Amino acid sequence: MSVTTPSKLQKMIDSGNFAVTSEVGPPRSADGAVIEHKGNLIKDYVDAINVTDNQTSVCRVCSLACCIRLKLMGLEACLQMVTRDRNRIALQSDILGAASFGINNILCLTGDHQHFGDHPKCANVFDLDSIQLIQTVKMMRDEGKLLGGHEFAVRPQMYIGAAANPFAGPNVAMRVSRLAKKVAAGVQFIQTQCIYNMDTFKEFMKLMVDRGLHEKVAILAGITPMKNVGMAKYMQKRVPGIDVPDDIIRRIGGVPKEKQAEEGLTLAVEQIQELKEVEGVRGFHIMAIEWEEKVGEIVERGGLFPRPQLA
Amino acid sequence: MIKAVPKPLEEVLGQVKDFTKVLIVGCDGCVTVCEAGGMKEAKVLASALRLYFTQAGKQAQIDETSLTRQCEKEYLAQLSDKMDIYDAVVSLACGCGVQYMAEMYNNKIIYPGVDTCFLGVNEERGLYVERCQACGRCILAETGGICPIARCSKRMLNGPCGGSDAGKCEINKDIPCGWELIYERLKTLGQLDRFEKPVDPKDWSTSRDGGPRTIVREDLRI
Amino acid sequence: MRLQYPPNVRIIEVPCTGKVDIMHLLMAFEYGADGVIVVGCLEGDCHYSAGNLYAKKRVNRVKEILDKVGVGGERLAMYNLSSGMGGRFAEIVREITEKIMELGPSPIRVATGKATGPIAEVTT
Ligand code: SF4
Ligand code: SF4
Ligand code: FES
Repeated sequence: MSVTTPSKLQKMIDSGNFAVTSEVGPPRSADGAVIEHKGNLIKDYVDAINVTDNQTSVCRVCSLACCIRLKLMGLEACLQMVTRDRNRIALQSDILGAASFGINNILCLTGDHQHFGDHPKCANVFDLDSIQLIQTVKMMRDEGKLLGGHEFAVRPQMYIGAAANPFAGPNVAMRVSRLAKKVAAGVQFIQTQCIYNMDTFKEFMKLMVDRGLHEKVAILAGITPMKNVGMAKYMQKRVPGIDVPDDIIRRIGGVPKEKQAEEGLTLAVEQIQELKEVEGVRGFHIMAIEWEEKVGEIVERGGLFPRPQLA
Repeated sequence: MIKAVPKPLEEVLGQVKDFTKVLIVGCDGCVTVCEAGGMKEAKVLASALRLYFTQAGKQAQIDETSLTRQCEKEYLAQLSDKMDIYDAVVSLACGCGVQYMAEMYNNKIIYPGVDTCFLGVNEERGLYVERCQACGRCILAETGGICPIARCSKRMLNGPCGGSDAGKCEINKDIPCGWELIYERLKTLGQLDRFEKPVDPKDWSTSRDGGPRTIVREDLRI
Repeated sequence: MRLQYPPNVRIIEVPCTGKVDIMHLLMAFEYGADGVIVVGCLEGDCHYSAGNLYAKKRVNRVKEILDKVGVGGERLAMYNLSSGMGGRFAEIVREITEKIMELGPSPIRVATGKATGPIAEVTT
């Protein structure tokens, strides 16, 4: 269905096994050991490791440097790239740089607005949006061409990913439409927003399947374990585009404080089990926010371990 | 129209406090409509400055006037015979008017009296909201008459992003998500097919990144 | 209505406080008034519906300006009274006059020597 790249993530997805990805957030200092440490914590449990790109608009070590570090450790990295901070020259330049180190996965995002982060007074860029970034990577890879028209020989071999949020407004049908647009632009895999509202997600997937879109793009379902009821409430109230139903709050809040983390992990595992049965789900993207040490447990208990070894 | 707000009085005071002859010049154009820099505001500012100088025990001449437009030489020229009287001028026009005044009266100190903000509409008296960022290549025909550049906080051409929530933008619950508005309008117009077609990267060279933009209308020039 | 209020008060009648413009208030101070009070109908009782609400905003705006230019916003105040509250009106005027006396002459009058004695202006 789509262009084959050397990406190990693509290989796993194309093999028909459930793929597993996770992500690590770089530090807000020049400490390179952090990524090394986080990478080592999860490397045996996932097929590729995303590195976030100044997530929530907070300035951190760049995704590109961290991806290179992971690559040099022999791990499969996925370069997250937001269009908020760089124009098309810088974006394409970073894509070429990543490819020059053999990084083969990219996640194309628009990015959170800078208003959320630690530099709310900065100018944003948004020269491109996520869909245009997908188009750009595809053009670079398949045509060996930059947006400016320059043609080159050594092409970035990128497996192209993007995000989708079935829970954002205005309705699920529009969210499917928007994903269809990403597919038209050339996206190959999707990591979804973290899923708490199963009914909405299933409705979303049904529309995807009805349109045959699930065959054109691999959906990795987003899983974020809740550490405690405070986090659940925060996500429900404060994080735009995340839908946490009340029964989840009740469930996590219904157990004593010291048991809440355990309950959150169990919930994540149950979500994985349930999502495995949903047509079109091809794997999982586990976002354990500053809780990387639990990724292994979730993967194991979710029946996704050991990771298949592909030739 | 261009929307502006009066600058904080203390800022203007700080700039003119060492002069003794100051002219305040309003503009009868856009800044009058948004009540930031018309004759009325010129009078208020002049009065405030007079009170300030008087209470400080300083003799000062503060006068006010207003021009039809400050973005045209013909109107600016109306000041030519009195300009010599003043040490400094506070222009209450938009940034264009202030600059044009400075260009025309090269040796005069000109201060801006308003903060020029955006191109917008009067939703109500005292409530002005941006609608256009003068990108130089209007795409409203494709977006249901709603501008994604001005009304999406990330000026996305393929929105909405994953942060839009119940019709509101992720940055603020009081701001409508521009892309949800576009979606709804396209639906009303029966043009939802447009929505699934990716829009290519925009040529921003006609927009703010292209240096001072110039329109040459040969059909209008003599 | 014969009420006792201090003689150094000048009353300026307007049809509605909505008619009182920012410039009227500023000019009163430019002309040397030591204080100004604006007296309008009770909120909700304006004969022109919202005149007194506009007036309140303008008064606040002018108070801010007076503070910033060194005259002092406390020299300006607004009160809302009904027509049956003549006694209260006189009382307010007395109070304000005393307060203004305490504040002393406006710096504008001091600088220009414009007026002869303490003056409070009242608009109704
Ligand atoms: S597309 Fe450009 S010209 Fe048209 S309304 Fe938007 S910013 Fe203005
Ligand atoms: S929520 Fe809507 S308006 Fe706000 S940035 Fe996203 S698409 Fe644009
Ligand atoms: S009539 Fe408007 S305040 Fe009295």
